Amino acid sequence: MFHWLEKHPFFFAVAIFVTIAFAGLIEILPNFAQASQPVVGTKPYTTLELAGRHVYIKNNCMGCHSQLIRPFKSETDRYGHYSLSGEYAYDRPFLWGSKRTGPDLMRVGNYRTTDWHENHMKDPAAVVPGSIMPAYRWMFKNAADIDTAYAEQITVNKVFKTPYNTEIPMADGTKATVPLAATVDEAKAAALVEAKVIAADMKDQDVKDAVAAGQIPEIVAIIAYLNSLK
Amino acid sequence: MENRPLEYDYTVAKWFMLTTVVLGIVGMLVGVILAWQMAFPAVNLMAGEGLAEYTNFSRLRPLHTDSVIFGFTLSGIWATWYYVGQRVLKVSMAESKFLMVLAKLHFFIYLLVVVAVVGSLLLGISTGKEYADFEWPIDIAVVVVWVIWGMSIFGLIGIRREKSLYISIWYYIATFLGIAMLYLFNNMEIPTYFASGGIGAWYHSVSMYSGTNDALVQWWYGHNAVAFGFTVPIVAMIYYFLPKESGQAVYSYKLSLLAFWGLMFVYLWAGGHHLIYSTVPDWMQTMGSVFSVVLILPSWGSAINMLLTMKGEWQQVASSPLIKFMILASTFYMFSTLEGPIQAIKSVNALAHFTDWIVGHVHDGVLGWVAFMIMAALFHMAPRVYKREIYSKSLMNTQFWIQTLGVVLYFTSMWIAGITQGMMWRAHDEFGNLAYSFIDTVTVLHPYYTIRAVGGTLYLVGMFLFAYNMYKTMTSSRRVEESELQNASPMGA
Repeated sequence: MFHWLEKHPFFFAVAIFVTIAFAGLIEILPNFAQASQPVVGTKPYTTLELAGRHVYIKNNCMGCHSQLIRPFKSETDRYGHYSLSGEYAYDRPFLWGSKRTGPDLMRVGNYRTTDWHENHMKDPAAVVPGSIMPAYRWMFKNAADIDTAYAEQITVNKVFKTPYNTEIPMADGTKATVPLAATVDEAKAAALVEAKVIAADMKDQDVKDAVAAGQIPEIVAIIAYLNSLK
Repeated sequence: MENRPLEYDYTVAKWFMLTTVVLGIVGMLVGVILAWQMAFPAVNLMAGEGLAEYTNFSRLRPLHTDSVIFGFTLSGIWATWYYVGQRVLKVSMAESKFLMVLAKLHFFIYLLVVVAVVGSLLLGISTGKEYADFEWPIDIAVVVVWVIWGMSIFGLIGIRREKSLYISIWYYIATFLGIAMLYLFNNMEIPTYFASGGIGAWYHSVSMYSGTNDALVQWWYGHNAVAFGFTVPIVAMIYYFLPKESGQAVYSYKLSLLAFWGLMFVYLWAGGHHLIYSTVPDWMQTMGSVFSVVLILPSWGSAINMLLTMKGEWQQVASSPLIKFMILASTFYMFSTLEGPIQAIKSVNALAHFTDWIVGHVHDGVLGWVAFMIMAALFHMAPRVYKREIYSKSLMNTQFWIQTLGVVLYFTSMWIAGITQGMMWRAHDEFGNLAYSFIDTVTVLHPYYTIRAVGGTLYLVGMFLFAYNMYKTMTSSRRVEESELQNASPMGA
């Protein structure tokens, strides 16, 4: 059979394809519907949080920080409850990372604050002596891309039925709704309201001035995102 | 007419040889910068505060991975394809105008993609998936390049004189099919600009999969991109170049059959070992783990087949630096394909995952196996495509030892770093509290990061020697006759 295949390239290629394809079919497909169900309390991202998530991706934070707490005592002691599949239901892409040069950030919103992040992003080693993380001072100057974040919200709402403007059950029995703005301008206005809350906790005068003038620097967006990780 | 030896056309092979060398140096230079940044964070500011955004670790890291994978390695694969393909199929590229135009198109569109990738990664335009960082416009261009390569493979096969496909061709076909399938499925994404009716950045897209599903598809891709980029085509090379250079026949045809079909069947299952103790179902993690261990068989099958090909001719390893490169590559392949399965065992993975041990594993594979084999292939090809002897044998020997030392420093330091950090993360004191804060587990790694940076720098020095040797071979080495090009490549002192 093999000798015959080696003289018939077309069938040879088909044989290879079948051999390599079915592992994926068996391993990946069966889990698809189940794995995309959110757990109680998992909300889609607001426009500002999503813009912050884009800043996180733009600067490849996941190159050094995981967002996946494994079910070991040493990990739950350090980072909090181990990760559940449904908590990632609205993560496109997933940001688990593959290397922990810095600590896990899955629940960083539980134990770090806006001003901690502000100081840390400006000069990591001043906050954590010995840190090898580079500073991210350009985030204080660059403007966050709210438009693209809003475009992504519309896309996931339309294509994947991500539940914006929908009541979502919370762990404490209440309901929460994440609004989806009707226009870009509305989305920007809503993001600015969120940004003002963050900026109020910050010390950098340039950032405060920018937000007061209606702009949203990247640092504000990424802090909004990091604060949402719980 | 039929009795005259074929005149092979190496135009495109030469071009890809050039990009292999250039992108290899670029990718490894960036890697060395990253290594020094981890040892000495001040290096992040090497070009000043104003350019810090573009020179800092996080922005450069994808540039390193993508330029060595999609730059250096892919160029090497294609350089060897446009050389090996003609020779084992006994047909010249010059015989088909269509295939020649296709091959040139292949090269130039690839160059455009390279430029687009470098630019977009520096600007931070990324989908956020490792080794699949490119946004949709680049993905489309990649697919075009890939389809052209496929047409080139099957076109050349279509007009072949040698009816039976040699082992190397099996592996090239598998590379083409494997990457095509993986890349397409993992990069399924929706451009937000079009879906939202023209809002925001035109190049931005959102993944079709979310969370755990996205992770599953990504690591099915990520792991198997290694399979079909770093293993399969490199095996294609060694099956051609080692027998050619040594003048020995491949030791066992049956073993090559077993190794090939075994690899095809087993490799794809093993992706789950990247997700052990994550939120994917337990049975998939176990499958990933078990199949990773089974993977030792086909991997070692090829490696042993290659080592046994040298049976009775081991003195060549001592006398020829070219054979040295290939035998060390084969040995590192065995080493790396044993280390991988060990790391895929659940209890070992609990310790190793997220640490530098994984980084060490990747690098003993790519530096020791992939890069050594690609460089050996280029060394073997150079006299045959330029009709000149290799410029300097002693320079090759020097390069070999400098780079071998570099790899050894790299993986030993990363083993120690990884295991140290893994042990410190899980250490508890007598009261059951965590013994170390996270930063303790970072500062302790400083000496190992420094050693790794030295190892990487040595390897890069070797790359420069390689480039110089190749350049001299191209331009000013002694010309050789066809009769000198039978087996062992002619080399100057």
